[in-house]
Amino acid sequence: MKLKENYENTKWRRFVRFVNGGEMSEDRFRLTGSQMDAGKPQAAKVHDAQPVDLYHLKRDRNRSDYSRMMEQYENWSKTRGLKIFGSLYRIISLCICLLIIFVLLLTVANMPAFGSADTPANSNEVAQRYIEKGQEETGAVNIVTGMILDYRAFDTLGESHVLFIAACTVLILLRIDHRKDGSLVHEELAADENDRRLEPKNDKILQKAAFFLVPVIILFGIYVILNGHISPGGGFSGGAVIGAGLILYLTAFGFQKAERFFTYKTFSVVSLASLLFYSGAKCYSFFCGANHMESGIPLGNAGDIMSSGLILPLNICVGCVVACTMYSFYAIFRKGGI
Amino acid sequence: MLGFKIILLLFLVVCAVSTSLSKNLLTSIVIYMSYSLAMCIIWILLESPDLAITEAAVGAGVTSVLFFVTLKKIHAMRAEDEKEKESAGELPEGGEGKP
Repeated sequence: MKLKENYENTKWRRFVRFVNGGEMSEDRFRLTGSQMDAGKPQAAKVHDAQPVDLYHLKRDRNRSDYSRMMEQYENWSKTRGLKIFGSLYRIISLCICLLIIFVLLLTVANMPAFGSADTPANSNEVAQRYIEKGQEETGAVNIVTGMILDYRAFDTLGESHVLFIAACTVLILLRIDHRKDGSLVHEELAADENDRRLEPKNDKILQKAAFFLVPVIILFGIYVILNGHISPGGGFSGGAVIGAGLILYLTAFGFQKAERFFTYKTFSVVSLASLLFYSGAKCYSFFCGANHMESGIPLGNAGDIMSSGLILPLNICVGCVVACTMYSFYAIFRKGGI
Repeated sequence: MLGFKIILLLFLVVCAVSTSLSKNLLTSIVIYMSYSLAMCIIWILLESPDLAITEAAVGAGVTSVLFFVTLKKIHAMRAEDEKEKESAGELPEGGEGKP
């Protein structure tokens, strides 16, 4: 940026001076005053002493007013103001805390007893219908999965998109860019250094434990996803379990081995394919409301794995998105990229 | 069974209070993990095993790991190491310990 010659006299500068109460002009006058003093020979200084002194007097008076005001102001905030503010702060925060505790306890006290029949959740006819007709209409033994992936499937559609958006946002915030010629950026070098020094990459105990634990954890996650409509669990739980297993693998064996099967491309392809399939299968809800559309897939025997129509593929989609998101969170946090 | 439930709920309260009161960030994260584990058992007692699985995987696993990574990134863990070394009598800026 180029500075103007008469920078002090520009409109903006004048405005700033006006806002600061003429403080800036004082500085400028002092500068010229000292220049005047330096430039004049000794004899001439006596001659000029009068106006300069007058000016200095005025300036000193101005400044003393200003500084006295500032002193008062600062002292107020340091002594009395701070005391008042501190006591007020304590009293108000205590009041707010007590108020919140009171309101929460009052709410809990007025709630119906746990499991009693006349709670709003139990006396609602929607819940009644879900419980009575759920298995017949969705084919899922697990009522919860039948609800969130069939009756209320567009809720879950929004949730999986929220997860994907969260992963994208973390990527935007924490990503470290590569240079075009492939050399490492300073932050990346620092991250590498940090990793080497603090990460137990060659920790034998961790590696042996992970060697036995990771397959079991991932298998359990796959089991939870595939049995989502039969036993408790479903896409989100299973996906989170798989993501935790992947994170354990990455912690134990490092990025080089993990990148053999999970790169940025894997993340984008798997997430996008899952979300596209889910959206394609269920986005009609935004146009038809709660009206159900038949998928045409036979519901099959309740209790079999290959049953309950679209629920199984949707479960797999949600699980893929959640697992990718968990893993990519960890990878982005650690090295600024997947 | 009721006694077990009461013990678990008391454990929850103690964990929650000590998480907010502990000075060391690492300690509070570990206490938070144990809070999640107790919560996981409570979910099973409340007969919602799917939430228990999610709590164990997300609350005790992924969230704590993300907290650990963040602590490492902001050098909160290393600072504590150096403080311990200092209290043990080693020189803080000796430079021999660093590779």
